[in-house]
Amino acid sequence: MKIYDVAIIGAGVIGTSIARELSRYRLDVALLEKETELAFGVSKSNSGIIHPGTQNPPASLKGKLCVQGNFLIRKISKELNVDFKEVGELIVAFNEDEIKELLRLKKEAEFLGVPGLKTVDKAWLKENEPNLNSVVVCGLYAPTAGIISPYRFVYDLAENAIKNGVEIHTETKVIDIIRVDKYFEIVTSKELFKTKYLINAAGLFADDISKMLTIDDFRIKPRKGEEFILDKKKENLTNHLIFPLPSKISKGVLIIKTADGNPMIGPTAEDIEDKEDFSTSDSGFSKVLLSARRLIPSINDKDIISYFAGLRPVAGDDFIIRHESKAPGFINVAGMQSPGLTASPAIALLVADILKNNGLALKKKLIFHAHRKKTIHLFAIPLPQTKKLIKKDASYGDIICRCEMVSAKEIQDAIKRGAKTMDGVKFRTRAQSGRCHGSFCTTRIMKILAEETQTPLAGITKRGKGSEIIKERI
Amino acid sequence: MIKRDLVIVGGGPAGMAAAVSAYENGVKDILLLERDQYLGGILNQCIHTGFGINYFKEVLTGPEYAGRFIKKIKGVSGIEVSLKSIAVKLTNDKTITFLSPGRLKTIKARAIIMATGCREKTREMTHIQGTRPAGVFSAGLAQKLINIEGLLPGKEVVIIGSGDIGLIMARRFALEGAKVKAVIEIQKKSRGLLRNMVQCVEDFDIPVYFNHKISRIYGKDRVEKVSVMKVNDNFNEIPGSIFEIKCDTILMSVGLISENELIEMAGVKIEENKTSVPGIFVCGNSFKIYDVVDSVTTDSYLIGKLAADYTLS
Amino acid sequence: MVVRKFTCIECPKGCRLIVDVEDGKVARVTGNECPKGEQYAISEIENPVRTLTSTVLGQGLDLKMIPVRTNKPIPKSRIFEAMDEIKKIKVKKPLNAGDIIVKNFLGLDVDLIATRKAE
Repeated sequence: MKIYDVAIIGAGVIGTSIARELSRYRLDVALLEKETELAFGVSKSNSGIIHPGTQNPPASLKGKLCVQGNFLIRKISKELNVDFKEVGELIVAFNEDEIKELLRLKKEAEFLGVPGLKTVDKAWLKENEPNLNSVVVCGLYAPTAGIISPYRFVYDLAENAIKNGVEIHTETKVIDIIRVDKYFEIVTSKELFKTKYLINAAGLFADDISKMLTIDDFRIKPRKGEEFILDKKKENLTNHLIFPLPSKISKGVLIIKTADGNPMIGPTAEDIEDKEDFSTSDSGFSKVLLSARRLIPSINDKDIISYFAGLRPVAGDDFIIRHESKAPGFINVAGMQSPGLTASPAIALLVADILKNNGLALKKKLIFHAHRKKTIHLFAIPLPQTKKLIKKDASYGDIICRCEMVSAKEIQDAIKRGAKTMDGVKFRTRAQSGRCHGSFCTTRIMKILAEETQTPLAGITKRGKGSEIIKERI
Repeated sequence: MIKRDLVIVGGGPAGMAAAVSAYENGVKDILLLERDQYLGGILNQCIHTGFGINYFKEVLTGPEYAGRFIKKIKGVSGIEVSLKSIAVKLTNDKTITFLSPGRLKTIKARAIIMATGCREKTREMTHIQGTRPAGVFSAGLAQKLINIEGLLPGKEVVIIGSGDIGLIMARRFALEGAKVKAVIEIQKKSRGLLRNMVQCVEDFDIPVYFNHKISRIYGKDRVEKVSVMKVNDNFNEIPGSIFEIKCDTILMSVGLISENELIEMAGVKIEENKTSVPGIFVCGNSFKIYDVVDSVTTDSYLIGKLAADYTLS
Repeated sequence: MVVRKFTCIECPKGCRLIVDVEDGKVARVTGNECPKGEQYAISEIENPVRTLTSTVLGQGLDLKMIPVRTNKPIPKSRIFEAMDEIKKIKVKKPLNAGDIIVKNFLGLDVDLIATRKAE
C-alpha cells in the first residue's frame, strides 16, 4: 500500500493552496474531496474579495495572514495566470461617530502594515465614486484590495498542483481515521489512504474530522450568507469595493465587484445549525437590498439576475491553525471564514512551516512548474484575437453560450481540465451564468459533457450524483 | 470588409418573413444569419398545432409553418443562409460581426434587420427563494429537451405561470406519462390563450391554482417539493394559506423578454417600424412579444419591405 | 334540456360557446363567431376529438426526434393508446413533412404524418 507523506482533507481554496505549496517539495501528496468537483463546498460561494487587511484585530492570525496573503496572491496569480484585479476598497462612514471608528480601523491596519491607506472626504468620494450615497461623510480608502474568481483560483491552483505531482481524489468522503503506529489510515467512501502527516482543511466539517482523532475542542458553526448578483450592464455601478463599518459578526452588506464583471450585493450573516442549508430567503433578499441601497441608492431589485447562499465555517473569532500534539502529524486548519481566501497563500506557507517543525523534510524538487498557461475566455479578449483563435481551432467559433459568449472549445477545455458537471462547466467558463440561465445552452453543454466524459446523457448532473438534469430517455 | 445589401440576424419566423419580403420587394443580396444548425428558430420545437390559421388559413404545427418559409428561402438565390452563425457585435454604422465554426466575419451592410427573438424569464428574475437544486427548467428548455432531444426532464411536475408555453408543456408532459401536479398562477386568470387552458389543462385534469404563488423551492440535489401560498389581488400572502406539493421538476412559464442586447450595446433605440439609426430595423419577438406567430409573419413582411425600400433608395 | 358552456379551441380567439343539449344531441349553439365553433360544439358533445402531436424516434437521420401529428383529429378517449403506439415507432428512412408514417393509424381512418423533413 502506498504511503503518502501528506494527505489533505478538503479541496477548497485552503486545501488546494496547501497542496500546491507542498508540490514544490519531494513529497507524495494526496488531496481528498468528498464532492464531485473541487471548490464545491465553502469556496464556491466566496465573494472573491482579496482583502487588504483593514478589518481584523492586529493581534489575530486573521490580521497577520490576511496582509501577508494579499501580498503573496499577486505573485501566485501571475504564475497561474488567473485574473486578479486590484480595485481598492472604501469603508464608509455616515456620521462623526463612525469617522472615529474608521480612524481606529486605519490605525490598526497601519500597525499590521497595510499599505497606502488614506481617509478621503466628500469631494473625493463624489469624484471617484459618483453613485455612492451623498450622505456618506468620509471613507477609508485601501488601494490594495482586489478581486479574483474564487473557484477559478482553486481550479488553477489544482491544475498546477497536479502538474507538480499532487494526486487529487474527488467523491472521496472521509469516514474514519485510524492511528496505526506513526501513520494515519484514512477510511474513505472509495479507498483506504495511508499517510505520515494529515491536514484537516475540511471547511464546514473540520470539527467532524478532528473528532475522529479525538480532538474535540472546537465546533464549526455555519454562518449563512445570502448574496445577490446584478446584471453585467451594471458593471460600472461602483469603482471600488464598498464596505459599511463592520459589525461584531460580519463585515456587513457590501457592494462587491466580481472577476466576472457582475456586481454583487450581500452577504447576510445568519448563524444556523444545518451545514447543508444553502437556501436563500425573501427576508434575506429584502435585508440585503435595503442595506445595499443605503450605500448605493440607485440599486434596483430588477437589476438582480441571480442569487445564492454560502456558509462560512465559523470556529470562534480567529482561524485555528495548529499542530495537534495529541495526534502527532495531524494539523488542523479550521474556522476558515473571511479572510480565508485572501490568507490562503500565507496559510499554505504557515502549514508548510508547521510540517517542517514537526519533522517533515521539505526538499525542493529539481523541477517545479510554477507557471500555468492562461485559460482562454472569449468574453475577455478583443475580437481580432478571437479571429486568430478561430483560425487555429474552428470550434472557438462555435458559440454555445450566447449570453456570455462561450465557445465549444472553451467548454471542451474546461472538461479536459477537470469539469465533470454542469456547475463545474459553469464555474470555469461562465456558460449558463448569463441572462437566460442556461435555457438556450443546457442541451448542448450536456451533449459535450456526455461525449467528452463518455457518460450517457441521463447521467449528466448539475453538481454530482443525485442532481441528474433529466430523468430518462423517451 | 465584405459588403452586403441586407443582413438579417435570426432565421426564425420573423427573420424568414423579413427575408422573403425584402427579396420580393427587390433586394437580391441578402445574408440571413441563423445561430442554430437549422432555419426555423423556436418553431422547430413547437410541435403542437395552432399555427397558420390566420396567415395560411390552415392549422399547422410549428415545424410545418417554418417549413413553408424554409422552402421559399431555399428556392431563391438572392438569399444566402449562413447557419451556426451567431452575431456578436453590431455598430451604428451598420457593420455586424458574426462567429461560426471556423470563421469570424465582419460585414458592412446597407441595411440590417434584427430578428433575434426572445428569451424566457427565469426563476431568478421572479425572485423565488429556497434552494438551487437540479430540476428547475424554463418551459422552453423542457420543450427542447423533450421534442428535440427526446429526454424527459422529470416525472412529477409543477408549472409556475400559465403562459402558453407552460400550458402546452403541461400537456406534453402528461402525454409522455409524467404527472403534472399543478399549474400555479399568481394572477386571477390565465395568461395563455383560452384554447390552451381547455385542450392542455382541462383535457388532462391538471389542477390550476389561480391567485397562488410559489413561496419556496426545496431539495438539496434535485427538486423535492415546493411550497405554495394563496395571494390577494396585490400578490401579498394570505396568512395560513401555505401548502406543499411534492415534485421533482419545476417549469418556469412566467413570460418572455425581447432579446436585443446587441442593439442596446450599439446604442440604438427601438421605435415603431424603425430604430434611431436609419437602415437598422427590428422585427418579431425582439421588437415586442407576440401571442401568435401569424402576426409575427405579417408584421415582419412589412419590416422586410421597409428595409427593401431603404436599401434600394 | 341542458346548457353546456365551452371555450372553442379551433383558433386563438377562444370564443365562449353556449350549447343547448337535448337527449345527448346539440340543439343550438350561440357565442360562436364562425361556423367552426358550431362544429366544435357538436363534436365536443357527441364525440370529442383532438389532433394528436408528438415525436417519434429517428435512427440514422439528422433528427433524433421527428415531430408527427395525426392528419385528422382522433377521439379524445384514444389519445393515450395512440401515444403508446407512437413510442414504438422508429423511422430509419429520410422523409419530408407530410409523409405518412403510419397509414390508418389505430384503425381510425387517420394517418400519422411527419411534420418536419428528416434526412
